[in-house]
Amino acid sequence: MQDTPPATPADRLARATPPTLARKVRGLSDRSIAWIFVAPTILLLLAINIFPLIWTIRLSFTNFRANRPNEPLEWVGLRNYERILTDPDVWQTMQATAHFLFWTLFFQVLLGFALAWLINRKFRGNDLMTTLIVLPMMLSPAVVGNFWTFLYQPQIGLINYAVEFVTGIPASSFTMLGSVSLAPWAIVIVDTWMWTPFVMLICLAGLRSIPDYIYEAAEIDRASKWRQFWTMTVPMVLPFLMLAVLFRGIENFKMFDLVVLLTGGGPGDTTLLSSIELKREAFEKWRTGYSSAYAIILFVTVFGLASIYVKALNKVKER
Amino acid sequence: MSAFIKGLLALRRGPWEMLATILIALGVVMLMQPFALVLFTYSFLVTLVGTVMFIIVSHFKE
Repeated sequence: MQDTPPATPADRLARATPPTLARKVRGLSDRSIAWIFVAPTILLLLAINIFPLIWTIRLSFTNFRANRPNEPLEWVGLRNYERILTDPDVWQTMQATAHFLFWTLFFQVLLGFALAWLINRKFRGNDLMTTLIVLPMMLSPAVVGNFWTFLYQPQIGLINYAVEFVTGIPASSFTMLGSVSLAPWAIVIVDTWMWTPFVMLICLAGLRSIPDYIYEAAEIDRASKWRQFWTMTVPMVLPFLMLAVLFRGIENFKMFDLVVLLTGGGPGDTTLLSSIELKREAFEKWRTGYSSAYAIILFVTVFGLASIYVKALNKVKER
Repeated sequence: MSAFIKGLLALRRGPWEMLATILIALGVVMLMQPFALVLFTYSFLVTLVGTVMFIIVSHFKE
């Protein structure tokens, strides 16, 4: 007589399942069971992403004000879009956003890749150095904003003294956050300081994914270091780099907290990014319909850019 | 060039995606350029047409 194997937890659970429920589940197709598992996620997505989006599109055609919810809703057609797209102040805001976006991405990619290239070499204290470089990324934007506000202080800030030490320009003669010409660069510097480690980490992952034997084969073929860099390293790291640019591009397009803490959009409107302007319209002036149209314009822009970017990324990966 | 136009006429994904990409890029440049307000005014329309076109043509055959 054979010994029966001890019941596993799954067997015990199957036996404990009421027969009617078991019959019902057994009667379902694989597709139905898959739908049952996916349905909660789809419902959640509909509730927190799709529904607000559709609601925002609807509101963008009205004069709704969230602080006066009982006022009758007036359908204004495309008037909100027309107002935004013919307003020189909004145009100025877009230019400030473009300046911030372009230069932060430029410096972060350049410095992030250079740091990854250096950190990828084997040297003593490599791990410690990586940890130290990555630290700014782990800080809260609120902390970074306040910290850099002190650093940029004309009287007590270290940055002005460093500039005086290097160039001889008196420390108290200029103010980074109060100058129309310097403030846009001041926010670029802080964002670059904070987020270059992120780009570096992604590039480092790309560099470490390149097998050593490719370089060994190139050495045997007597390829110069310069040629190895441009024909092997850069193409193989490019998908990673593009991914980093996509993440940082989307993040910086909606940059808010850091810039609000540093300059609050000033002096004048020189660092007034589109997200700050949007928040003012929506929650200070309470022009909900207008700000919904503004949000839709930004959304379509980011969505369009992300679409072509993902297509380019897929092409690079296929090569 | 003629292959591109033939692709457009045959409703092939490649050339149509290229056209949509050009429209989106043009729209974004128009939105953020500092030269003419009129370009800024029509930027959203161009980006929107490009984005909707991109979504539609990505379902075309290769």
